[in-house]
Amino acid sequence: MSEYAINCIGLNKRYGKTQALDNLSFSVKQGEIFGFIGPDGAGKTTLFRILTTLLLADSGTASVAGFDVVRDYKALRKILGYMPGKFSLYQDLTVEENLTFFAGIFKANIKENYYLIKDIYDQIAPFARRRAGKLSGGMKQKLALSCALIHKPVVLVLDEPTTGVDAVSRREFWEMLIRLKKEGITIIVATPYMDEAILCDRVALIQHGKILVTGTPSFITGAYPWKLFRVRSNNTLNLISQLKKHPDIHSADMFGEYVHAGTEHGKLNTEAIHAFLEASGTVMTEVSEIPAGIEDCFIDLMRKENE
Amino acid sequence: MKRFVIKEFLHIFRDIRSMVILFGMPLVQVLLFGYAITNEVKDVHVSVVDPSHDQVTTAIQQRLFASGYFLQGEVLYSQGEIEESFRKGRNKMVVVFDDNFAQKLERREIPSIQLIADASDPNTANLLVNYANGIIAGYNQSMAVSAGGPVIVPEIRMMYNPALKGVFMFVPGIITILLMLVSAMMTSISIAREKELGTMEVLLVSPLKPLHIIAGKVMPYVLLSFINAISILILSHFVFGVPVNGSLALLLAESMLFIVLALSLGIFISTVSNNQQTAMMLSMFALMLPTILLSGFIFPVENMPVVLQWLSAVMPPRWFILIIKSIMLKGTGLAYFWKETIILIVMTLVFILASVKKFKIRLA
Repeated sequence: MSEYAINCIGLNKRYGKTQALDNLSFSVKQGEIFGFIGPDGAGKTTLFRILTTLLLADSGTASVAGFDVVRDYKALRKILGYMPGKFSLYQDLTVEENLTFFAGIFKANIKENYYLIKDIYDQIAPFARRRAGKLSGGMKQKLALSCALIHKPVVLVLDEPTTGVDAVSRREFWEMLIRLKKEGITIIVATPYMDEAILCDRVALIQHGKILVTGTPSFITGAYPWKLFRVRSNNTLNLISQLKKHPDIHSADMFGEYVHAGTEHGKLNTEAIHAFLEASGTVMTEVSEIPAGIEDCFIDLMRKENE
Repeated sequence: MKRFVIKEFLHIFRDIRSMVILFGMPLVQVLLFGYAITNEVKDVHVSVVDPSHDQVTTAIQQRLFASGYFLQGEVLYSQGEIEESFRKGRNKMVVVFDDNFAQKLERREIPSIQLIADASDPNTANLLVNYANGIIAGYNQSMAVSAGGPVIVPEIRMMYNPALKGVFMFVPGIITILLMLVSAMMTSISIAREKELGTMEVLLVSPLKPLHIIAGKVMPYVLLSFINAISILILSHFVFGVPVNGSLALLLAESMLFIVLALSLGIFISTVSNNQQTAMMLSMFALMLPTILLSGFIFPVENMPVVLQWLSAVMPPRWFILIIKSIMLKGTGLAYFWKETIILIVMTLVFILASVKKFKIRLA
């Protein structure tokens, strides 16, 4: 088996006029958690479907666990664990029946592989006789993960597994992924949540079917080219337009109740921003210097790309 | 595989709609067709205009109303009254006798009897007139016999269905339609549902082969449809007295063949439709209507325009109806319908091959 669990070279996929994947190349090492971060429509699902042998790329090659996704699709389907973006279990079957069914079609032994899913399945086991459709969002995803894991896959492909799931369940879900990584399972995961990005070994920021940057989360945040300030006022919209008037402020973006302002290095400090805003008559409560997060990097890269 | 079949059974048993279609519909259909939808005429109100009122007209009237087909309606006196009684829907037919009926007969003249029927419902009108005609002809003959003249009386025998019961004709048709509908529609919908809900995506990324998925889908329905066919037969035999004159085993074997055919057709439909709605529409319009209209169930194939006859030849139900009518009513064996059986087998193979070929191993 090659050193890479996943290797893609020059993948292209077009739907009518939309270029879903644009000459996309990347590789994932064995036992890595690799995250794809990007907005809806960035091409994540298309990419995952190509990797799971569900779609054919227009051009380019991809291999997973040493198997070509087109030529060796039969072999690949035995060793992949796949969780589609949409909840794809049988809603009218109970938790237990779903698990038995998926173990059955993979000819897997539940007892043998139970240790893999024990941590999450124990949490939903009390509801074993409940229909999957009646579970909460978090529990559904845990069940789906259990079903995707029960045949002990070599590579796990998770398409937005935590979308629409409460914060506690999300954290538990990620703790589980980190444990699976220790079992040697390679995981690629798509997520729209930036806070999940830092839990990955490496992430790729993807937009319009192109990868903007790949690297460890700290590499990506370390490459942020601006000095970042966090500002808060009681009128955020006005604050943004004021900040943008300053010649040394490169960007001002809303982050919840705060505004993140990227500035030229060595030009501004908190006092200077304070003074500038006060002069413009903005009622303002707080300015502080902060390190860049993944989202700041993403917004910055997206902006560059769009220019 | 085993797991897959169990899963399918669970889907069916947990879905009330499926259960109703599977088991409720056959029952209701058989009873409906058997009791309500019948083209026999019974207890129809018939009025009389009888200006002669002699022993002959009275005798004819007695014969009419003793037949069981007609109920004595009003006694009318004029043309105007006849029209009004039709308009008010008080009767379906009026028998108008000539005046001085018996006297005219004695004088060797020919008195007239007029049968006026309400032809807003042409089928019933036709039947009524025919029945009445027959009864009057019968009276005529008996009179001629008693008068000593030679009379030729044709003897009529209705083979295989001596009482001309509508049920006998409908039951084979209903079995056909129901098996077709239940088998084809249910399988096509159940496969389309996996596509619609996204579970097909997960099934595809698994070691299951297309043939596994198809066989797993079909098996439960083979069993359930077979139970269905048997219950329709039992129902029609014990409630309506429809006979099974031929071999029961052969009948069941042919039904099994037809079920598999309908199921493979259902799978074929599902390979070309991406959601339950399309699958449903396709099986409804592509199967239901042609089955009813073109299979010879209601309208005789021989009377159709040539183009429709060709179309009817590619309808599986047409051949199956022929087969089960032969077995149930005529009591004939395979020697008489091996051609139809082969046609069904070939159609089954074609659909199975086409669906395995068309079954997509990938999305889109």
